[in-house]
Amino acid sequence: MKRQDAKLILEISDLHACVEDQPILKGVNLKVHAGEIHAIMGRNGSGKSTLSKVIAGHPAYIVTSGLIKFEGQDLLTLDPETRARLGIFLGFQYPVEIPGVNNLEFLRVATNSRRRELGKEELDTFEFEDLVKDRLQIVQMNPSFLERSVNEGFSGGEKKRNEILQMALLEPTMAILDETDSGLDIDALRIVASGVNQLANPKTATLLITHYQRLLNQITPDFVHVMSAGKILHTGGRELAIKLEQSGYDWIDNTQSIKKET
Amino acid sequence: MKSLEWIATLAAPQGELANVQRNGRESLLGIGFPSRKLEHWRLTDFKRLENLLELPISKGIKDSSSIRNKSWAEKASHGTRIVLDPQQNYESIELPPGLRKLNSEELKQHLSNNFGHLSISQNWPLAINQAITNQLLALRVEGQELAKLELVMPAEKNSLTPTRVIILMEEKAKLQLLQVALGAENSAHSHVLEIHLGKDSELNHGFVALGGGNASCLAQISVKQQASSNYSLTTIQHGWSLSRLEPEIIQVEGQGQTTLRGLQISTKKQQLATHSRVRFEGPEGCLNQLQKAAAIENSHSIFNGVIQVPQIAQKTNASQLSRNLLFSNQARIDTKPELEIVADDVRCAHGATISHLQEDELFYLRSRGIASNQARSLLLQGYCQEILEALPMEANRWDILNTLLESVQ
Repeated sequence: MKRQDAKLILEISDLHACVEDQPILKGVNLKVHAGEIHAIMGRNGSGKSTLSKVIAGHPAYIVTSGLIKFEGQDLLTLDPETRARLGIFLGFQYPVEIPGVNNLEFLRVATNSRRRELGKEELDTFEFEDLVKDRLQIVQMNPSFLERSVNEGFSGGEKKRNEILQMALLEPTMAILDETDSGLDIDALRIVASGVNQLANPKTATLLITHYQRLLNQITPDFVHVMSAGKILHTGGRELAIKLEQSGYDWIDNTQSIKKET
Repeated sequence: MKSLEWIATLAAPQGELANVQRNGRESLLGIGFPSRKLEHWRLTDFKRLENLLELPISKGIKDSSSIRNKSWAEKASHGTRIVLDPQQNYESIELPPGLRKLNSEELKQHLSNNFGHLSISQNWPLAINQAITNQLLALRVEGQELAKLELVMPAEKNSLTPTRVIILMEEKAKLQLLQVALGAENSAHSHVLEIHLGKDSELNHGFVALGGGNASCLAQISVKQQASSNYSLTTIQHGWSLSRLEPEIIQVEGQGQTTLRGLQISTKKQQLATHSRVRFEGPEGCLNQLQKAAAIENSHSIFNGVIQVPQIAQKTNASQLSRNLLFSNQARIDTKPELEIVADDVRCAHGATISHLQEDELFYLRSRGIASNQARSLLLQGYCQEILEALPMEANRWDILNTLLESVQ
């Protein structure tokens, strides 16, 4: 899907961020253009999930220096809801359960927030039900989940499908999927990956955060980045993910120590 | 103004309930004014309690100009509505099949029997009510057909409005009862409700207290249950400068089913309190109690839940859960389960939690484009839902949910 003249969607420059005074990101640089699928890999604690939360605007993560621009606009001054309405979507590694809040109502309120931003008409309950039924097919989700509380009592796979359903409804320009593959069996992984593939288009971009290469068998990335100690250390194509799978993350440590020696 | 000075300002006892009034005033002389030394009063805002005694006693709500309320709900389908009025003798009210007024002989008998089952000693709110109550509504529920009754207590500005209701349910009788107490400006309620549930009778009772301005509400709900009766009480308190709800349920023979659900949503500098007491005076009684509170801004929410299981109440099965949510660092919640268990073969579970609004839940909603206020409102809605759903008689006609959600908008 890569095009030479594609629009720059996300630009991260020398980003440093901390949580509870603990520095986690230590100079991240990344450019994502329309139509691209990027994957960020790295072991636990490398800063992958922090990066996704910082882009989405989680208030617990403090940016100490650097820039994030979304379609040319400075993201860091905006609150999370504004970022979401502009077209940033974060698929959670652990989707939050919200007892008592009806899933369908939640999806409708969220969808209408985004539609307002896009200048589209807000949907009433009936119109929204039609839309949601259509989008349910993308993730092959049972409509009964709409009547339950948000994510409450959902299995791991159902929660991830609910995330992709939200993505399908919100139609984001920049989708960031944080370990969407974790906790999924083979069938669920296939369904979720197929959902992501169906939603990708030349005007939008996707950032996959993952531990494993197996998700990348189903969603082919244009770029693979390897993160370690709060920085992106390597960038390459799909072959980088395969190399990682074969050599393990120790390979990163080794290349690091070689660099230091030289 | 303290109790004694207050008594001096009252008109001489009069009318059918003159003896009741005398009795109330005598009791007040003994009780005096509640003190911080008493466990059940120690957290109360006494200034506000005193302010309540400064208000003139209601002269009746016939003059509608004194009633300050937002628009009232449509009547429930197949339900009868009675507006409680401290100066009305309820002679002309129309009642649905299955409900009738107690005749004067029955009422006399009921009142002479230790004022029904209410113990007035040390009960300040009850003594206040008795000292000034002119009229009472006393009903008997008969037959097996489900009756539906709505009692509305309007907000009467700058007045202390005493109301008292007695409901006697015959064997196997069934009733849905929704009470709506409204408050505005400087209105104040002093309400006492006595209920007697006969064998195998069923009562689904909702008490919705929606205040406003500097309004206050003191309400006593005193229930006696006979064996195999089923009593369910769902209470909502919101918007009062001071409110104190005291449900007291006694299973006189055990073997009854009691369900209590409570919800307090406090905001600004309000103080809302529930003091419940459930006593089992026979074996095999059941209690299920869930009390929830959300405290917003600088408000204070109080729950004290007493469960008494004496030696005779073997095989009692009781559970009490108090779940509380703080919406701000300035809000305060006091919750206290108080289990007095003497019998040895019983199951009594209790738990209390207080937590802050979950940052993760809030972020999840915001990350979907939902504004912070709307996210808080959705979370509060989710929190309230399980209690609101239990209210009888399509209670949301009164727009309760939206009223509660205004607290976070």
